[in-house]
Amino acid sequence: MPHDHSDHDHPHSLLPSDPALRVKALETILTQKGLVDPAALDEIIDTYENRIGPRNGAEVVARAWSDPEFKAGLLENADPLLAELGFYGRQGEHMVVVENTDDVHNMVVCTLCSCYPWPLLGIPPGWYKSDAYRARAVREPRKVLAEFGVTLPEGCAVRVWDSTAEVRYLVLPQRPKDTDGLDASALADLVSRDSMIGCGLAGAS
Amino acid sequence: MRPEPAFEAPWHAQLFALTVHLNEAGVFAWADWAARFGATLKTHGLARDLNGGDDYFAAWLETLEGLLADQEIAAPEDVKAMRAAWEAAYLRTEHGAPVTLKS
Repeated sequence: MPHDHSDHDHPHSLLPSDPALRVKALETILTQKGLVDPAALDEIIDTYENRIGPRNGAEVVARAWSDPEFKAGLLENADPLLAELGFYGRQGEHMVVVENTDDVHNMVVCTLCSCYPWPLLGIPPGWYKSDAYRARAVREPRKVLAEFGVTLPEGCAVRVWDSTAEVRYLVLPQRPKDTDGLDASALADLVSRDSMIGCGLAGAS
Repeated sequence: MRPEPAFEAPWHAQLFALTVHLNEAGVFAWADWAARFGATLKTHGLARDLNGGDDYFAAWLETLEGLLADQEIAAPEDVKAMRAAWEAAYLRTEHGAPVTLKS
C-alpha cells in the first residue's frame, strides 16, 4: 500500500524500508514455525560484526612467514591446520591458500556470487560483492589491481582464482623486506585484508 | 581509522544471519544456496551493474524468499500478509515506543 505522508503529520515510528519489512516478515514466520531462534540470529550477527575479521587471516599469514613447516602444510592442505586454529568454515567449504611469489601474483574473486573465506576474513567488503569487481577481476585483473594501487613488475603473472561454494581461497602475500626482527603480532599488523584477497600488497598502508 | 562496518544496514545483517542459521539447521545446502543466489544476481545484473550493498542484498532477499516458497516453508502470500502486519504495526506505534505485532 503506497503511503504518501509527511513525517511531522504522523508521529508514528519510522517505517522501515520495503526489504527490511520483508526480512522481518520472514523472520517472524520462521520463528513461529520454530525454525529460527532469534537469539541465534543475534549471536551470528555479533560474531561477524565483532569477532571475526581479517585479523584471523593476518595471524595465519604472519605464522606462515615465520614458520616454514606451517607454511608448507598450509599450501599443501590448509583445512586441518586452520581447523586447529579454530578457523573452519561454517558452510563446510575447503580452504586453499595460494602463495604470491616474484613470478606470480594471485587474486581472488567469486564470479557466481560472493563466496569468501568468512572465518579468515569476515564479511566481504562492498566492492568484492559488486558486479564491477566480479566481472572485471577476470577480464582485466591488471587494470583492477592498478585501481587498488598495485603495480606488478613486468615479468609477474597474475592468476585469478574463482571461489565457489565448495572452495574458498586465501592469498598468502609476500613478506615485506626488512621485517626480520618483527614478532608475530607486528608481522600480522602488516597484513591487510586486501592483501589476502590479492588486491593489495602486505606492508603497503 | 575505524574498520568498515561488516554490514551497511541492519537488514543486511539480519538477512545474512537468517540465511546462515537456516543453512546450519539443515534447511538447505550452501551449494544450492550459492547456485540460486548466483542466478538471481545474474538476472538482476542484466539491466545494470549491481552495487555490493542494497542491490546485492535485494538479490539475496529475493533468493531466500524463492527458496523458502519452493520448500513450502514460507508461502509468498503469508510473507506478504506478515509484511503488511509489520507495516501496520509501525504506522500505529508512537515514535520511540517498541513496535510489536499485536496491538
